[in-house]
Amino acid sequence: MPAKVVTITSGKGGVGKTTATANIGVALASAGQRVVCLDADIGLRNLDVVLGLENRIVYDLVDVVEGRCKLRQALIKDKRLPELYLIPAAQTRDKTAVSPKDMVRLADDLRGEFDWLIIDSPAGIERGFRNAVAPADTVVIITNPEVSAVRDADRIIGLVEAEEKGPPKLVLNRVKPEMVRRGDMLATADVLEVLAIELIGVVPEDEAVLVSSNQGSPAALDGKSRAGRAFRDIARRLNGESVPFEDLEAGDGLFGRLARLVRSGGQA
Amino acid sequence: MAGRLPIKGVRDGLLVTLPEGEWEDVRAELLATIDDRGDFFRGARLVLQVEKRQLGAAELGSLRDALAEREATLWAVLSTSPSTRTAAADLGLQTELERPREPDADEGETEIEAEADWQPAVFLRRTLRSGQSIRHPGHVVVLGDVNPGAEIVAGGHVLVWGKVRGVVHAGAAGDETATVAALDLAPTQLRIAGQIAVSPKRRGSVRPEIALIRDGHLVAEPWQADGRR
Repeated sequence: MPAKVVTITSGKGGVGKTTATANIGVALASAGQRVVCLDADIGLRNLDVVLGLENRIVYDLVDVVEGRCKLRQALIKDKRLPELYLIPAAQTRDKTAVSPKDMVRLADDLRGEFDWLIIDSPAGIERGFRNAVAPADTVVIITNPEVSAVRDADRIIGLVEAEEKGPPKLVLNRVKPEMVRRGDMLATADVLEVLAIELIGVVPEDEAVLVSSNQGSPAALDGKSRAGRAFRDIARRLNGESVPFEDLEAGDGLFGRLARLVRSGGQA
Repeated sequence: MAGRLPIKGVRDGLLVTLPEGEWEDVRAELLATIDDRGDFFRGARLVLQVEKRQLGAAELGSLRDALAEREATLWAVLSTSPSTRTAAADLGLQTELERPREPDADEGETEIEAEADWQPAVFLRRTLRSGQSIRHPGHVVVLGDVNPGAEIVAGGHVLVWGKVRGVVHAGAAGDETATVAALDLAPTQLRIAGQIAVSPKRRGSVRPEIALIRDGHLVAEPWQADGRR
């Protein structure tokens, strides 16, 4: 089966696109899928660092597009997972080095040999974003439970719909259950009320994510990390499995679940 | 009323078709139309259909400046005359509407289908998302929500079968009888003609409301479905 192309984007910067790309890629590869992660953030590359592959870069995305190397040569194989590859972004160029057409061609070249192509989009709504979205079969929007991030996500959804990519899917990242319970943070339902697209994941704020990003070892590799587990669930949902959502917003255990039942009038 | 040229909403902005006649008269009529319609043209992009009229760069440039004074942008000039097209292109104006989509163009403006020169209402069966903008000389009806960051500017009434969270301006050409009605009316900002209001903090449950100018004030009232209106 040809690869599915998934683009991870957000509009706003710093909401966790690169972390999500790395973790979803790792989670799919851990499940035995053949995965390429592609960093489309030319000039501000990060995905190689988060995946811990920075020191193995020889060729990059722009080298492939401009014909300085073969596609194979730019694919960096992960040390831990035999089915995971990275195509890094160029650090010395900018977004104009690649066109949406180049991205579609590149994705088509990869489709035959892999199961998944996960593209990490740059922030913003300009050229870099359009490059990243051009080859996508599915667009996944990452947002945080903050008004400004949700506003930008809404803008991006409008642009993705205008590209006729079909309705994008939503991942809510960095949810602090404690703050939601106090009413200090937007709840999942508040975000969905505005965005009204399919939710495929809710990722709790987890310090382990920061630590693991710095160490180049994504949280999805860590069996104990809560965020890692959320990313593995997202990967399974992308793969068509129906995975129940972990209830982060009610407290853990029976009490929390009861509280939620009472609050939502029994529809939980 | 003098100086009322037909206006039509198109993807790129507002399309105005200029009649035949002396250029000075036509130009004056266009500017009068804009002055007449108050806020409606403010910030709008204009597309002028001039048919076979021959216009030089000096005439177009001067018109562009006159429009800029009225806070409208001359965006495109459509003509069958090669010299007019060249002059427009020299000024950096568009000369085609059905051009392939400019990748850098703002996606916010939405195409409005218009069969006739004058269309009293436009119907949208979708949610307007942040950054999307509808500008229409007639009424606007939305079956969906108007999210925060989206805007509707209508010459006539605005009816939203859904939530209003963005900015809505009804009667933008100065019509104080225009209204804004919605199932859930809590806009960032609401304008009717020259009046501006922000939503008060919500009290009680959500109910359909209609906003209108009553005794010189912009007010929102619960919708009464008993035929009193």
